[in-house]
Amino acid sequence: MSPNALELKAVRKSFGNTEIIRGTDLAIPRGERHAVIGPNGAGKSTLFNLISGRFPVNSGAILLNGEDITGLKPFEINRKGLSRSFQITNLFYNLSVFENLRCAVLWSLGYRYSFWHRLNGLREPQRRAEEVMHRIGLTRRRNVAAGVLSYAEQRALEIGITIAGGAAAILLDEPTAGMNRSETAAAVELVRSVTEGKTLIMVEHDMGVVFDLADRISVLVYGEIIASGRPEEIRANPAVQEAYLGALHKEVAHA
Amino acid sequence: MAAGVLRYQPLNLARWIIWGGTAVLMAALPLVFTQGFAITVISQMGVAIIFTLSYNMLLGQSGMLSFGHAVYSGLGAYIAVHTLNLAAKGQFWMPVSLLPLVGGLAGAFFGVLFGYVTTKRAGTTFAMITLGIGELVGSCSLMFPDFFGGEGGITTNRVFGQPFLGITFGPAIQVYYLIALWCIASMALMYAWSHTPLGRMANAVRDNPERAEFVGYDTQKVRWLTLIISAFFAGIAGALTAINFEIVTAENVSAVRSGGVLLAAFIGGVGFFFGPIIGACVFVYFVVALSVHTKAWLLYLGLFFMLMVMFAPGGIASLIMMQVQLIARKRFGRIARHYLAAGASGLMVLAALILTVEMTYKISVDSATGTLMKLFGMEFDAAAGTAWAVAIGLWIVGGWLFNLACLRVARVWGEIQTEFVEGRA
Amino acid sequence: MEFFLISLLNGVSYGLLLFMLSSGLTLIFSMMGVLNFAHASFYMIGAYLAYTLGLKLGFFPALFLAPILTGLFGALIERFGLRKVHRYGHVAELLFTFGLAYLIEESVKVIWGLASMPYRIPAVLDGPLFTLYTTSFPKFRGFMMLVALAMLFSVYLLLMRTRIGLVIQAALTHPQTVEALGHNVPRVFMLVFGGGTALAGLAGVIGGAAFITEPSMAASVGPIVFVVAVVGGMGSLAGAFLASLLIGIVQTFAIALDWSLAGMLAAVGIGVTESTPLYSLWKLQLSQVAPVLPYLLLVLMLIFRPKGLLGTRAD
Repeated sequence: MSPNALELKAVRKSFGNTEIIRGTDLAIPRGERHAVIGPNGAGKSTLFNLISGRFPVNSGAILLNGEDITGLKPFEINRKGLSRSFQITNLFYNLSVFENLRCAVLWSLGYRYSFWHRLNGLREPQRRAEEVMHRIGLTRRRNVAAGVLSYAEQRALEIGITIAGGAAAILLDEPTAGMNRSETAAAVELVRSVTEGKTLIMVEHDMGVVFDLADRISVLVYGEIIASGRPEEIRANPAVQEAYLGALHKEVAHA
Repeated sequence: MAAGVLRYQPLNLARWIIWGGTAVLMAALPLVFTQGFAITVISQMGVAIIFTLSYNMLLGQSGMLSFGHAVYSGLGAYIAVHTLNLAAKGQFWMPVSLLPLVGGLAGAFFGVLFGYVTTKRAGTTFAMITLGIGELVGSCSLMFPDFFGGEGGITTNRVFGQPFLGITFGPAIQVYYLIALWCIASMALMYAWSHTPLGRMANAVRDNPERAEFVGYDTQKVRWLTLIISAFFAGIAGALTAINFEIVTAENVSAVRSGGVLLAAFIGGVGFFFGPIIGACVFVYFVVALSVHTKAWLLYLGLFFMLMVMFAPGGIASLIMMQVQLIARKRFGRIARHYLAAGASGLMVLAALILTVEMTYKISVDSATGTLMKLFGMEFDAAAGTAWAVAIGLWIVGGWLFNLACLRVARVWGEIQTEFVEGRA
Repeated sequence: MEFFLISLLNGVSYGLLLFMLSSGLTLIFSMMGVLNFAHASFYMIGAYLAYTLGLKLGFFPALFLAPILTGLFGALIERFGLRKVHRYGHVAELLFTFGLAYLIEESVKVIWGLASMPYRIPAVLDGPLFTLYTTSFPKFRGFMMLVALAMLFSVYLLLMRTRIGLVIQAALTHPQTVEALGHNVPRVFMLVFGGGTALAGLAGVIGGAAFITEPSMAASVGPIVFVVAVVGGMGSLAGAFLASLLIGIVQTFAIALDWSLAGMLAAVGIGVTESTPLYSLWKLQLSQVAPVLPYLLLVLMLIFRPKGLLGTRAD
């Protein structure tokens, strides 16, 4: 078995005439927490959409645990043990918190399309959903519809659904987007605890979060990875400072 | 759809009481309504309940708006009626009481076939394909007279062979009890389905198909399986129709039938399991009872449906649940008198509507025997100015009062809701 | 040859009538995202109004007045009905227009009765336009084509040369942007709905006289118009034009032909008799299958090319 949980080989993606991802190579060893950073429009979310099967690639290959998953549908990739969250919250809005989580564990526990099991008679999905609900701190809100939760609660549920199925590789798209300082701190602790022993790939804008959580960082600029390394290497890399941090400083100055 | 929040409930007493009560009610109804006509009505209601609930598996539970659901009940009915005729000829053994199962399997078969095509897409496109399939099957009914029976349809006789325990299914009351048994079994099974992994994932696919894909589910397969199961129950309803009327015509697969079940489900309320049950009963009442009194019953039904779409998209069920919430929190008394005012003025508007419609009908269509007509127990001349003056007066005064009353209801409702929110905070 | 030319002309004229209907449906859909289930009902209103007005005023004043009244009615429906439902989403809008179709059909029955109306072609337009070999082509069919083309041309001018036309055109491709630019979208919606239904009304004035004016006319033509809009590609006017002609011609030819599978098999030497399995399928004539063809086309299209002929949106 390949030592890499996830591997991208010369992946390319265009929308119309615009090439968004220009031959990206990336290898993420199993058990690593990896952050993908880059300025706005660098193609980070697109990269996630390619890995998770939301969009097809134009060329190149994506390997999960050494197995080619290029061109598979999202649900097939999920069944192979890769789960993702969304930058824009993506929940089952009319279902309760508990039901959201139970839906997220059903496939991985083997209940598939069963219409001969009584849901409430199934111990294991219930136990797993309760456990995740406890970890993301929403036990109190068990029977509240996901659509009426507060923003921070919805973000927590977003992460909860992503990890509930027990996938070994987790993709988190900006888990702390739009949160205040204390919410961010709580989210970081949550991400740290729920990805214990798993492979995490995340896109994040908050540099504090990135340097706090990541074992390694890749910098994506205009569809190309210009550097990959440990946080202190990235911090010291002049090309990164030029291409990314410079742009970021400008952004900050504008804002 | 507030019903989306499905709470975890262990098998509790309340549920046993509700289901037991329903069974007792269905058993007792023919003892209360003993006339032949009433038995016909409640028999049809029983069939309609199965059909409408099966429709709501699609619309309410899985977010699939279908314009062609009669395809499954209708083809189920045809297969059932052919089976019945063959069984009566002695080709094979088949008791009438198990015929609905044949209809259900036929429905499911066509669900497998057509569902494969329709469920490839969701949303509005799904609606369009179901319309296309519905018209396709509807037009086929004239092309294959051997199977569909052409204009006259296929007739049958449900009484054949030796009576079993004295049951011949000749008398309407025996057919009613057969329908009631199948109805209660179907209701229970469809309720159970909504509490299975597939049923829950159908809700998930309704709410957010994309996310469902990212927790490992093929949304197309969820929709397809749901449609097959829904078609199965539709087929049961179709076979019961065949037994009940002893005739199946092209109308059974037509767009009219498909539209009817949509109206029924929506009026009852697609967000609650019991909504379509109410809808089915209201619909059958409109069809059977109202059509005796007025030629314009479909006009009233259509108008009722549109008002529901505009002002109460949750249907009757959601209106009921809103009141239950008030009653549970002891606020109903405060709003009740405003309801009364709205109801009274609403009756005036309704009277104005009925007067206008019926007088128009009398003058423009039914004037061969003169324009004298009878309505609300009064006899008057539809062409007379006074009658129209009354109608216009009712429109203006009733409309004004009704508008006032509705505003009042909305205000008090808002106040109570604010109190609830503040009370919680 | 004679059969071919006459059928082609008939097919084109029927196709143009379909286009008068589907253009309004397409405009409304692309602007508002509303699938107007009741579109053919406005076609029916146009026919009935034209008949009633025509009794007093004659055909030609009715030809102008009936579409305008139909459009006004449509605008009122949008303003006081559809707009309220808008916030519940497209499915609710579809349900609203579905109910509206019921309501209009039943109202027509109450006002005009169940029987068909003696709405006839005016004397000036009655009779043959020209004779091809032995078959004559009626004047009214020619008039139908003329009106459709004139309408096509006016809609084109309106869309290309006027400000409101530009807004509508922009909304065909970029609805969100138009909204973001601060155009009074509700008012534009009302105009578009009114305009679209007026086109349907115009088609009704013509179609009612050419075919039949009765309460079921909406239900019989409605699904076909949907087929045209979907096959052409939802929201594409050019696609609707193409699909209208395609379906018009295919249906006209199919109705006139008595080919059957049994006949074809017989031609290659395979005899089909009543004892052959599935005999009722083999003996079917193309003319009998004709009513099914549009729906078959729709289903195949949605499976293999859900965008439609010239459409850009898949859902």
